[in-house]
Amino acid sequence: MTTLAPEPAPATKPPAARPQSRLASLLKARETGILLALVAFLAVTTAINPRFVFSTDGFRDLFLTPSILVVLAVGQAMVIITRNVDLSVGSILGLTAYLAGRLFLDTGLPILVVVLLAVLAGAVLGLVNGMLVAFARVPALVITLGTLYVYRGIYLQWAGSDRINASDIPDGLLSFGTSSLLGIPQLAIVSFVVLAVAAYWMRTSRGGRELYAIGSDPAAATLYGLKDKQRILTAFAASGALAGLAGILYVARYGTISSGVGFGIELEAVGAAVIGGVAIFGGSGTVVGAAIGAYLLTSIDRGLPILGIPDFWQRAVVGLLILGAIVLDKVLAERQHKKLLAERHRS
Amino acid sequence: MSATSTPPRTPEKGSATTTRTYADSARPLPLRLLLTRDAAVLGLLVAVVSYSVVAIPNFDSQLTIYFLVLDIAPILLIALPMTLVIVTGEIDLSVASIVAVTSVLFGVLTREGAPIALAAVLAVLAGALAGAVNGLLVTKLGLPSLAVTIGTLALYRGVAVGLLGTTAITDWPDTWTDAVTATFGESQIPVIVVPLAVAAALFGLLLHLTSFGRGLFAIGLSSESARFSGVDVERTKLVAFVLTGLVSGIAGVYFTLRYGSSRGDNATGLELQVIAAVLLGGVSIFGGRGAIPGVLGGVLLIGVIGSALRLDGQSANVIQIVTGVLLIASVVSAALLGWVSRRVRRRPPTAAEAAPPAVPTAGGM
Amino acid sequence: MPSPAAPALRLSDVSKSFGSVVALRSGSLSLDAGSIHALVGENGAGKSTLVKIIAGLYRRDGGTVEFQGQTVDFRSTAEAKAAGIAVIYQEPTLFPDLSVTENIFMGRQPTSRWGRIDRRAMRAEAAALFARLGVDVDPDRPADGLSIADQQIIEIAKALSLDARVLVMDEPTAALSGNEVERLMTVARTLRDNGCAVLFISHRFDEVFALCDTITVMRDGSYVSTDAITDVTVEEIVRRLVGREVTELYPKQDAEIGEVLLEVEGLTQPGLFTDVDLTVRAGEIVGLAGLVGAGRSEVAQAIFGVDEYAAGEVRMAGQRVPRRDPVRAMDLGLALVPEDRRRHGLVLDAPIARNITLATRGRLSRGGLLTSRRENATAKDWAARLEVKAAAMDTLAGTLSGGNQQKVVLAKWLSTAPKVLIIDEPTRGIDVGTKAEVHRLLSSLAGEGMGILMISSELPEVLGVADRVVVLCEGRKTAELSRAEATPESVMTAATAAAGPTTHGQEKVS
Repeated sequence: MTTLAPEPAPATKPPAARPQSRLASLLKARETGILLALVAFLAVTTAINPRFVFSTDGFRDLFLTPSILVVLAVGQAMVIITRNVDLSVGSILGLTAYLAGRLFLDTGLPILVVVLLAVLAGAVLGLVNGMLVAFARVPALVITLGTLYVYRGIYLQWAGSDRINASDIPDGLLSFGTSSLLGIPQLAIVSFVVLAVAAYWMRTSRGGRELYAIGSDPAAATLYGLKDKQRILTAFAASGALAGLAGILYVARYGTISSGVGFGIELEAVGAAVIGGVAIFGGSGTVVGAAIGAYLLTSIDRGLPILGIPDFWQRAVVGLLILGAIVLDKVLAERQHKKLLAERHRS
Repeated sequence: MSATSTPPRTPEKGSATTTRTYADSARPLPLRLLLTRDAAVLGLLVAVVSYSVVAIPNFDSQLTIYFLVLDIAPILLIALPMTLVIVTGEIDLSVASIVAVTSVLFGVLTREGAPIALAAVLAVLAGALAGAVNGLLVTKLGLPSLAVTIGTLALYRGVAVGLLGTTAITDWPDTWTDAVTATFGESQIPVIVVPLAVAAALFGLLLHLTSFGRGLFAIGLSSESARFSGVDVERTKLVAFVLTGLVSGIAGVYFTLRYGSSRGDNATGLELQVIAAVLLGGVSIFGGRGAIPGVLGGVLLIGVIGSALRLDGQSANVIQIVTGVLLIASVVSAALLGWVSRRVRRRPPTAAEAAPPAVPTAGGM
Repeated sequence: MPSPAAPALRLSDVSKSFGSVVALRSGSLSLDAGSIHALVGENGAGKSTLVKIIAGLYRRDGGTVEFQGQTVDFRSTAEAKAAGIAVIYQEPTLFPDLSVTENIFMGRQPTSRWGRIDRRAMRAEAAALFARLGVDVDPDRPADGLSIADQQIIEIAKALSLDARVLVMDEPTAALSGNEVERLMTVARTLRDNGCAVLFISHRFDEVFALCDTITVMRDGSYVSTDAITDVTVEEIVRRLVGREVTELYPKQDAEIGEVLLEVEGLTQPGLFTDVDLTVRAGEIVGLAGLVGAGRSEVAQAIFGVDEYAAGEVRMAGQRVPRRDPVRAMDLGLALVPEDRRRHGLVLDAPIARNITLATRGRLSRGGLLTSRRENATAKDWAARLEVKAAAMDTLAGTLSGGNQQKVVLAKWLSTAPKVLIIDEPTRGIDVGTKAEVHRLLSSLAGEGMGILMISSELPEVLGVADRVVVLCEGRKTAELSRAEATPESVMTAATAAAGPTTHGQEKVS
C-alpha cells in the first residue's frame, strides 16, 4: 500500500475545494429534485386544505401511511442497485403478516420473538430468490415473478378462508402501530431507523459499495474479484427481511389480515425506487431517494382528492411519475454525457 | 490446412467442378424436432392431459374444454405478440392494463351511444396506440422496456380505473355476449377456437416464415450484428410493441363481452400469466430463442393444469403455486441445460477450430 | 533507488500455440527497474500474446519467465497482479457509476472501526496518487464519461496503489489525442523515476523514440533485436519490422479500373474524423491505412450508415447515400464487412445459413414468405463458393474458426451483389492459409469490376493488395499514395504524421 504523499501541497488542496463541491453536489443530487417535488406537492395540497398537514390526523398520516412502503422501497432499491429486481416482496409481506398472525393466535410467543421470526422468515424467502438468481444465472425478473406466485399461493392456501382479526393481535403491537413518540408515529420511527441503517451501510461499508459496483458493471465486478454472488444473496435476503418487517408493520397498523394483503405493492415499491432516482439497470441511486419516492407516491395517493382529482386516478398519476422519472433520468444522463464529450473536445 | 490448395473460385464464376457439400442439419430430422424446448413442453402437455383424462373425473367432458378455451383465450391471444417482443429481448408488462383500458373504453363509448362495432374498433385502435407509446419510449428514447412498461402498467390501469371508478358497465346486448361464447351447433366446442387458431397461425407465419421474423431473432441474439446487416432494429421493435398493444385491445373487447362487464380492474395480473406461459413455452427471456408452437403448448399447459386442479377440487391457490414453480423450473432448467451443453461443447477443440481467439476471454485458458 | 542485479522481469524463448496456429514462437524480453522498454512489431508479430502471458491470461507452452530473479508461472491475472505486475489495456474496465476514487479502491477500501470505509483517507490517497503522477483528475467525479486517456490514468493509479513493480502498457496511446499522449508519457516517466519497470507497446515511433530507453523488435512471433534507443534510427527499426519483400506475398491481378462508384466528400464527425475525401472506382482496391484509432473504422461505418456523421456527403454511382440508413446503402450497392466479426459481423448464436441470408432475407422471400429450404439452398451455394469448412447449415456461426467466420460474413455480403465492398481488417485473427484465400478473392472480385475499400493495419497487406492507399492520421487524411508511391516508409510516415496534412514527405522522428 502506498502511503500518503509527504508533500503538503496536494494534501491541503482538496479540503479547500471540498465544502463548496459538497453543497453543489447536494443541490444537484437527484434526491433533492424529488424532495422538492414532494415539498411542492405538500405545499399545494396544504394551501388548498390546511388540514392535509396541519391537523392531528393529517400530520400523523403524513408519516404513518408511507412507513410500510418506505421499508419495502429501501429493500427494493438495494436489489435494483445490483441490476436485479424483486417482484415477490408483496407476496412475502402477505405471507409473513399471516405467519405473525398465526403465531399470535396459536402460540403465546412474546411480541418481540414473533417479530424476529417474521423478519427471519422474510429473509429466508428472499434468500431463496437470491440463490435462484445468483446460481442459476437467470434474470431476477423471471425468478421473482415465479416466487411472487408461489409465495402468494402458499399464503392463500395456508390461510384458506381464515381471516385474522384485530382481536387476535396482542394489544401491545396494535398500540405500537397507532401510538406516537413526540408526535411522530412509532411505525414511522421504525421506517426511519431502517432507512438510516440501510443508507449508512450502503454508503460506508465495502459490502454496500460493492452492490453499486456489481450493478454498475457486472463484468468489471468479476474482473475486480468481488464476491458478486454473496453480495447478490445479501441484497435479496435484505429485501426479503425488510418485506417481512413490512408484514409486521402491516399487522401493527391494520390488525386484520385478509387475502388481499400486499397485493400489487411490489410495483409500488419498484415505482418508488425508480421515481426516487434508482436506475432500473443498477449502479446508481440511493435508498434515501427510494424512500422519498415512497413518500411522494403515498402523499399523492392521499392528496389527489384535495386537488379535485378523484383518487381513482391515483395509479395513472403514479404511472406518469414513473415514466417522467425515467425520461428525466435519460435526458439528464445524455446531457451530462454530451457536456463531458464537449469538454473533452475543447481541451 | 486442407483445402487451401485449391484456388478459390469467385462467386460469379462459380465453376461447375464438384465442391464442398453441406447437410441442412448436423442432426437427423426426428432428433432435431424432438430435442427442442417446444417438444419438451408439448410432451409435458400430452402427459398432463393423459393423466388428467385417466385420473380426474369429468376432465374429458366437453364442458371442461369449453371453459378451458374461453378462459385461456385472452392469455393465448396476448402470448402471441408477447413472444415477438420477448424474442427481441424486450418485455411488455403493461398488457393486462391495456386489456383493462380498452375494455373500459369499449364500455364508455358504447354507453355514450356509439355503435358497438365502432366502439370495438376504436378500443382495439386505442390498444395499438398504447402499444405504440410503449414502443416509441423504448426505441426513440432508448429507455429500458422493463421500466417503461412498469410505468405504463400503472398509467393504463390508472386511466381505466379513473374513467369508471368502481362502477362497471354491464348492459351488453345478448347478441354480442352470446357471439363470443357461442358453440358449434349442439357441441360444446366454442366458436372462438377458429379466430384463435387463425391468430396463432398468422403469428406463427410472421415469426417463423418471414423476413420480419428473421429480423426479430437476429435482434434478440445480437442487436448490433442485426443493425450492421440491414435490420431496422427500431422499427422492428416498434412493430412488435404495436402488435402487442393491438392484440391486447382485441383481448380487452373479448374480455368485456365474455364476462359482460367493462370494469377498471378487469384482467388484473393477467400480464404475469401471459409472461409465464410464454417463458414456459421455451421462449428465452434473453431474447433470440423461441417458437410459436412451444408458446401454444405453454398457454395450454397452464390452462390444462388449472382446470385439472380445479376439477380435482384444488383451490386457485394451488394453481398459482404450480404456475410459479413451472415458471421457475422452465428458466432454471434452460440455464442448466445451457451450462451442460457448453461444458460438452468445450471439450474437443479440433486443430482447425483452435485459432487464437480474436477477443481475449477473461480468465483465459 | 535500489537497482537489483536481476532484471525486474525476464522472458526467455517463450512460446505459445493455439492448436496448429503458433501465436508466439520465441519471445524474449528483459525489463529493468527504473527504465522504459519499448516493444514494437506489426500486428500478428506476437506482442499481444506475450503481454497476455505476462498478465497471467495465457499460460506459456515453453520458455522461462523470471520475475525479480524468481521463475514464475502465473495461472491467473490475480496471481500476476498479486506479484506486482499491472497491465494497462487500451480500453480499461471501470465502474461507470462510481467515483474515480472508488474505482481505484473497490474491494480493498481503507476501513476504520466496524468496517466503516474511511472516505477521507481514501480520497486523500487518491489525490496523493494523482499528485504523484502529476495529473489533474477530480477524484470525486464519476468514471462515466471519462476519456480513455483518463481511464488509463485511473488504471495506472490503481496499479500504483497496489505498488506494482512492472507496468505493461499495451498500445495505450492508440486512441489518445496529442495532449493526452504527452500527459501519458509524463506519467510513464514518473513511474520510471519511481523505480518501476515499464513496458511500452506502440506503433508510433515518435512516441517510442521520445519516451523509451530500450527497444525490442518482434516479427512473426519471434524476437528480432534489442537495442538502446540511442543506437538505432526509425528507418532501421522499420526495416527490421517488415523484414521481407512484401509485394510478392499478396498478388493483385491487374484489373481494368473503371468509373467512379463511391465518392465521399468532407466527411466529418467531431472527435472522430474530419473532412475525409475519398473515391473508389470499379475494379479498384483502395487501401485505407493508418494507426489503430486513426478513425478508419469510424469512417467506414459512417459511409455505410450504421454510424452518425455531422457533415459531408456520400454518393454511390452519383446517387446520394442518406445518413444513418444502412438498408438504403445496401440497396445502392454498398456492403460492409466490419472489423469486429463477433460483435458486428455475425449473429454468433444463429446458424450459418441464417447468417449468410440475413442481409438478403427480403429478396429471398416469395409472396412475403421465407422458408428455411430457400435460405439453406442460397447459403449452401455461397458457402461452397467460399469453401466454408462446416458440416451443416445449422452449425452455429460462433463455433467456426476465425477464418471460416470471416468467410460466412463475406458470403453474406457478396450475396447482396454489392458494387462496392468495404472490408475492415479482412484477415485479422485468421490463419495464414485462409489469409491468402481472402487476398486472392479480393483481387478477383476487383477483377470482375467490384470496387473495394480495404482497411488494414497490416502494412504488407495494404502494400500488396491495394491499387491506391489513403492514409488517415488522427481522423484526417494525411496522404493519398499510388501503388508506386506506397512504401512502408511513406505510409508509416503519413500515419504517424502529427497535425497538419502532409503528403509523402519523409520526416525523421527521433
